[in-house]
Amino acid sequence: MKKVYSRPKSLKRRPFHYCPGCGHSIVHRVTCEVIDEMNLQERTVGIPPPGCSVFAYHYFDVDMAESAHGRGAAVATGLKRAYPEAIVFTYQGDGDLAAIGTAETIHAANRGEKFTAIFINNAVYGMTGGQMAPTTLEKMTTTTTPYGRDPVLEGYPIRISEMLALLKGAVYIERTAVNSPAHIQRTKRAIRKAFQTQIDGLGFSLVEVLSPCPTNWKMTPIEAWRWVDDVMSKEFPLGVIKDITGARDAD
Amino acid sequence: MKGYIEIDRELCKGCQLCQTFCPKAVIGVHSKVNAAGYVPAVVNENGNCTGCGVCAIVCPEVAIEVYRE
Amino acid sequence: MTGNGAIGEAAIRAGCQCYFGYPITPQNELTEYMAKNLSRRKGCSFIQAESEISAINMVYGASVAGVRAMTSSSSPGISLKQEGISYLAACELPAVIVNMSRGGPGLGSISAAQSDYFQATRGGGHGDYRTIVLAPSSVQELADFTHRAFELADKYLIPVIILGDGMLGQMMEPVEFKHGAPEELPVRSRALRGAKGRPSRIIKTFTSNPAELEELNWSLFRRYQLIKKEETTCETFMLEDVRLIVVAFGIAARIAKGAIKNARADGMKVGMLRPITLWPFPSEKLQELAKTTRHFLVFEMNMGQMVEDVQLALGDKGEITFYGRPGGVISTPSEILRVISRLYYKNGLDKK
Repeated sequence: MKKVYSRPKSLKRRPFHYCPGCGHSIVHRVTCEVIDEMNLQERTVGIPPPGCSVFAYHYFDVDMAESAHGRGAAVATGLKRAYPEAIVFTYQGDGDLAAIGTAETIHAANRGEKFTAIFINNAVYGMTGGQMAPTTLEKMTTTTTPYGRDPVLEGYPIRISEMLALLKGAVYIERTAVNSPAHIQRTKRAIRKAFQTQIDGLGFSLVEVLSPCPTNWKMTPIEAWRWVDDVMSKEFPLGVIKDITGARDAD
Repeated sequence: MKGYIEIDRELCKGCQLCQTFCPKAVIGVHSKVNAAGYVPAVVNENGNCTGCGVCAIVCPEVAIEVYRE
Repeated sequence: MTGNGAIGEAAIRAGCQCYFGYPITPQNELTEYMAKNLSRRKGCSFIQAESEISAINMVYGASVAGVRAMTSSSSPGISLKQEGISYLAACELPAVIVNMSRGGPGLGSISAAQSDYFQATRGGGHGDYRTIVLAPSSVQELADFTHRAFELADKYLIPVIILGDGMLGQMMEPVEFKHGAPEELPVRSRALRGAKGRPSRIIKTFTSNPAELEELNWSLFRRYQLIKKEETTCETFMLEDVRLIVVAFGIAARIAKGAIKNARADGMKVGMLRPITLWPFPSEKLQELAKTTRHFLVFEMNMGQMVEDVQLALGDKGEITFYGRPGGVISTPSEILRVISRLYYKNGLDKK
């Protein structure tokens, strides 16, 4: 018998601090698989956010630089402009990318900055204890919407990816999930395509990943993974939102 | 197709996703808690395992290695 | 050329490869100079960012990649940059930040002022840190200090602030650029460009272990002690048998010089100490001067900021008088001469 599945080389051998069933663990792993398969470990610089994944550098065995909350897109812009040969990716949560970082995200996409944004959407602010995020669903209970999100007071969940698709500088945007083997493989393909978009110098790429957060959703891992299909992806439909790369689907 | 898997007991956080997704009922729940306090997954019956790898794909902790003929 | 333009030219000659800024009066000539002269240079990048916050974070990113990067703004915009500057200081990343100050607080005025002294010298963002602060008082110094700022930033791995003001930025004077543009600068050893042939590296400060953060703070402050020892700079002016010492920086020092020359012509023994590094502040020089005379007149275009550093340096060894004009009002040399005379004669300094 031969081994057909094991830890990717660029994923450090360190137990994840993430909760059981958390989407971060999956996305970290498939991103590292892509980095290995595309031979990018020596060229990659990642920019993790404040948040549960602030310690992403404990897991990704690539150069990484901390960023202030929400500023990942600006840091990535400066880094990529200063040294275009690097493969630069930001790894950002929903608050980081679509609340405090909205301006940076939109304008980096608008300028077609050639980095990849991996956008982890778990509809809640995880690290700080479960407050409302821009992507929190209507009626969803969080610690700052204890009566359920009321659009009249708190607005609607934002589909930032669809908004970014309106910008000419954004060339590849896809929304995926990591709550089933098929979705996980699709996420991996999307990240690979996003990195390829960057390598080809085509413009801004973003992969939005619907990510289960069992702890703050107050569910078991299995319930959380099901909730992504049953509820969350109804608000945030999976699929390619924009693709003007002209390339065939990465496989 | 024959296969077998190895689950790292100490990495497992007992999320049971592997058990949920395994098409061959290869995985069950251990009787003992691991050092971190989780009840880890355990291989029931490797005789049914085809080495499809679905368990490893869904395992968030990269706790499973998969072997196939 | 204008002061703002001189900064731009000096930066390019110092090997600045990245400039990220945002329009704000009175420093737009600098942003525009970089748009014209940096944006199409090979290996260089100019971005008019979406905000001053984005601009400082772009500087952070470029500095992570190991290139000389700069941003500029004026008072309200510099307030926006404070978080970014704290991160640069924490992660020991070189950067140059130019503040062409204007009247404040709030939206304030577009006229020159010096009310960002505290913001610049106390580490205006959160946490314990310092940035080197250079205070030019002529277009020539804007050029010279820009070059020095990049050198200091790289040498000590620290953000450096050039604290100018609206008047210096927009005045036109002859300037000589003493440094040519470099061929290519060496890449900093801590830069992140991909882990090729070495282990992967992390630039961060966040830690869940306070002891680790404590050690970082101590290490930063050890470096600050070294900077104090090596880089403190000031200018002395007409201090022969002086009886009253004016302490002023930047544009205020220019104005005071005119007043002092006239005072000397009138027989008053007045001179000036002009701090050039506001941080590190030339406390030792002040203490040395306090041995020759007790009388100091601090003149700044604010409500009293540098005067606190003078008080800290001298304690009860000096009699310190403060004269300030806030809000962007610019004193004239004759006004300062009146202040000097009044103080001089009131204290009987002509009779010693």
